[in-house]
Amino acid sequence: MSKVGSLRSKGVIVDVTALDVLDSFASRTVRDLAYMIRLRGAETVIVGIQPEVAFAMVQLGITMEDVATALDLEEGLAYLDAKTQHGQRAL
Amino acid sequence: MASVPSEPGSIRCVPVASDDDLVVARREGRILAEQLGFSTSEATLVATAISELARNIVSYARRGEIQVSLVHNGNKRGINIVARDEGPGILDINLAMREGYSTSGGFGIGLPGVRRIMDEFDIASDVGRGTTITITKWKR
Repeated sequence: MSKVGSLRSKGVIVDVTALDVLDSFASRTVRDLAYMIRLRGAETVIVGIQPEVAFAMVQLGITMEDVATALDLEEGLAYLDAKTQHGQRAL
Repeated sequence: MASVPSEPGSIRCVPVASDDDLVVARREGRILAEQLGFSTSEATLVATAISELARNIVSYARRGEIQVSLVHNGNKRGINIVARDEGPGILDINLAMREGYSTSGGFGIGLPGVRRIMDEFDIASDVGRGTTITITKWKR
């Protein structure tokens, strides 16, 4: 969060590839992080939600409203590039 | 519920008192789920349910335990999870089971969500005495 200020970041990528479970608490934490980063003026994209994790999240009833997601790091960078119009380098 | 434990060695008990214990409890559940031949998706549902229940223990009761075991009922085989704590208990179970209700500022989808992703769900809670939640998922 403070790095968004010190690095003047325009975008943040949260990579959850290594997570085998995203329960309601973890999902909420990620969503809140994205909301806070938005308040700091940067975009967040969550990348790497595994297929079975996505399945479980939907079954559980988790929604990640207004939070951008992308398949992987590469797609996440492409998303931020487009969003930030190749301005600052994404963190 | 007439399900009975399968093999004696298939009961695993994990003390839960911190977020680190969640990982251990999830892993135990996943090991048994895979042993039973659950698909990766089903095993993830089981691990997610365990995570929710273990998280509730840490948040509301501070400590408790998760017991994971293989069970069978006739020809059906499944995985059974018991989440037990001696915490404050739940004042109004109906309210706690309602979608969108939370006393901790969460999504309020924990318990109703767990009930949805499992085949059987049972909750017993005494205010001041603690809470026991028992869930089962059968192999299809």
